[in-house]
Amino acid sequence: MSKNEQAADAELPEAKHHIDFRNLVVRYGFIAVTVFFFVFFYATIPAFRLSTTMLSMLKFTSVVAIAGLGVTISMVVGGLDLSVGSTAGMSVTVAAMTMVIYGQQGSVAIVAVLIAGALIGAFNAFLIVILKIPDLLATLATMFLVQGLKLVPVEGQSVSSGLILRDGSVAPGKFTEGFLQINRGTIGQVSYPVIIFAVLTLLTWFFLSRTKWGRIMYAIGSNPEAARLAGARVGRYKALAYMISGVFAAIAGLILSSRIGQGDISAGSSLLLDAVAVALVGTSVLGANKPNALGTALGAILIGILLTGTTMMNFPFYWQDVVKGLVLLVALILSYTLSDKKQRHVEAVPT
Amino acid sequence: MTAVVEMRDITMAFGTNQVLKGIDLDLEPGKVTALLGANGAGKSTLIKVLSGVHNNYGGTVLIDGAAVHLDHPTTAQSYGIEAVHQKIADGVVPGLSVAENFLFEDIVNNRISRTASMRSILPRAKEVASILSLDWPDEVMRSDIYELPIADQQLLLLARSLVHEPRLLILDEPTSALSDSEAQRLFAVIRRLRDDGVAILYVSHRLQEIDAIGDRLIVLRDGVIRSDHPQPFDWTDALHQMLGEAEAGSDDDRDEQRGTDDVLCLSGVQLLAESVPFDISFRSGEVAGVFGLLGSGGSELALGMFGADPFVEGEMTLNQEPFEPKAPADAIAQDVYMVPEDRVAGTIIKNWSIAHTSTFPFLKDVSRFAVMNWRAEDKVGRSVIEDFDVVAQSPHDPVISLSGGNQQKVVVGRWLRMNPTVMILNEPFQGVDVGARRDLANKAREVAAAGSVVIVMSTDLGEIMQVSDRVIVLADGDLRHDAYRSETSREEILSKLTEVE
Repeated sequence: MSKNEQAADAELPEAKHHIDFRNLVVRYGFIAVTVFFFVFFYATIPAFRLSTTMLSMLKFTSVVAIAGLGVTISMVVGGLDLSVGSTAGMSVTVAAMTMVIYGQQGSVAIVAVLIAGALIGAFNAFLIVILKIPDLLATLATMFLVQGLKLVPVEGQSVSSGLILRDGSVAPGKFTEGFLQINRGTIGQVSYPVIIFAVLTLLTWFFLSRTKWGRIMYAIGSNPEAARLAGARVGRYKALAYMISGVFAAIAGLILSSRIGQGDISAGSSLLLDAVAVALVGTSVLGANKPNALGTALGAILIGILLTGTTMMNFPFYWQDVVKGLVLLVALILSYTLSDKKQRHVEAVPT
Repeated sequence: MTAVVEMRDITMAFGTNQVLKGIDLDLEPGKVTALLGANGAGKSTLIKVLSGVHNNYGGTVLIDGAAVHLDHPTTAQSYGIEAVHQKIADGVVPGLSVAENFLFEDIVNNRISRTASMRSILPRAKEVASILSLDWPDEVMRSDIYELPIADQQLLLLARSLVHEPRLLILDEPTSALSDSEAQRLFAVIRRLRDDGVAILYVSHRLQEIDAIGDRLIVLRDGVIRSDHPQPFDWTDALHQMLGEAEAGSDDDRDEQRGTDDVLCLSGVQLLAESVPFDISFRSGEVAGVFGLLGSGGSELALGMFGADPFVEGEMTLNQEPFEPKAPADAIAQDVYMVPEDRVAGTIIKNWSIAHTSTFPFLKDVSRFAVMNWRAEDKVGRSVIEDFDVVAQSPHDPVISLSGGNQQKVVVGRWLRMNPTVMILNEPFQGVDVGARRDLANKAREVAAAGSVVIVMSTDLGEIMQVSDRVIVLADGDLRHDAYRSETSREEILSKLTEVE
């Protein structure tokens, strides 16, 4: 939420007299939950206090968070990109093929992956804008297509160095050292994925809440007809949103690929639900009640903290999904049940 | 003959908005009572009171002389009142067969199991269909409701409402989705029902239709019955009553501005599927008021000129250059602006402030390298508030928190401040109080005087007379009249409206 809007809220006469508990909960509830768990784990788990714990938590969170930022942008224009998980998974295969089978440099792989991500975004945009298929259904179809098609050139195999090709020869290349640095490299103690995560969060935040493009995207998501009649090129902005989403998913895939170090065909399969969840959780942060970049990043971090904490407290792995589900549920209650923003729609006046 | 339903001093208010202000009306059996009224006159509210949708009305409804309280649609039905609503799509149930749609009420009430076989329900469905002598073959009865032509869907809904042998049948714009020949079929059915002694309340905007089917004409305006006509109807008087008298002095003593330069020229423009193409030129320096009843093509004209929805046929030039906007953005790039008819659906973005809403079509002016300049934005918001006398605390107030009139000032003001070449205002005065209406009309006239083309669409003749220098009359998508206000009169305008070609 922009400062402008917060100021507007503060100046509403009723807001002055009704800064009640419910509003506090809606606005700061999510932050409070995050701080509470952080303090709780900090106090009870000695290992949690290590700075390396925090940094590694941020590092493993970065993949989900970056894909979540892409989903956030698709949500801003009123859609939802369900193809981010399979796009990230495809990136892993594309990167491996480029380096291992074609023997190219890591930089070539990066460019190939980013282009592939943008193309998938463009394909989604084609389905949604030109063929008029509803966002959810179009990206669902894309999800399956990408998931399957990525296996065609590799004949369903994971690609790793030393792979025997169809003609009997051994694949010439390998994951380059430079490419592996995407995951391993650090500046000071902070690893590259965390830096990429932070930079993309700030860029997305700036784009959405400080530029006219972001303004137009929010308008399209809220009332596409009003946006169109005010001169917004709705189709172009939707296309842009999905292409950004595709590129972000590809970046998440690059980090994943560098982390795995081979073309694992199952990579990214669980990413979609996590990414959608953090983007949804993000809508409730600070009571914004709309998709936003900082919210998504904070949502991802809260889930990261909870997963790290519960793992360190020796909760079995299957509690991880319970934790995610609960966080999502709390966020949804904040957005839908408690927030009064939803009531600011105009009541229809009968004639 | 005594009335089936008598209404005594019926009132209805939504908040402070008094929509019905004491309606006294008797509906007699064997008679088609036509109800005519402009938008907001209270027609749909009256229908909803009678059909039990609004249960907090004031006054008394008597049925066969006994007072009853219509507190629920089923209560109204139990007294023999059935309503067929305007939207056919709201009545038929998609995914069900034609036969199941005939029996939908039985299915809802579990009188027929949802899993009942087609064979078992077919006889009963045919029985319902036979009420209207709809002798449809089995294949039709088995087919999905959406395969049925729209006119047959309308007849199906009518048959369904006749199952309970209603004593009062309310038909709300029943022909709005029908072609002429389909409408004729429906009229034959209505006449038969009337001759069987059913009281019929018929609501429509189509004057010819009312003339053909009505036995009695009631005109409603501002929640009051203005006149009650027997056949043959005095249309001139009825339209006067419907559209209101001239407000004394308000529109007759001002100067008429006449433009000289043809700026926006339309040629061979066809507005509706079956209407006649026409040419028209709009001039800078004057306010052109386009008057027509609902469905007369005014909105199509506005959307077409703005590139939001193309004309059926036709071309345009703007300042002698071909003008072919494919989207509103193309029109806006040439300084052709439009304020849409439906303020909430067409302009309001929820939670947006006055400043955000004001700058939205022209973000380039309040940004540098695409980065928003909030200070510049607030300035625009403040200038809209000041220049258009918007009652608001600050440019950060959400537009939604303003009254209708002030909302409209913001969404009109955001365009007028940009010196439009062409400014199209579609129903700018709907849901706007008298003061705001006067302010907006004055602003529109100022902008025209400064050299813009200003075009106002309205279904309210009083509004048109108040704001326009030139009056253009549309009916059924055809151009019926085009004259400067000083050279025409309300009488002439109304006669053009009822004129049959």
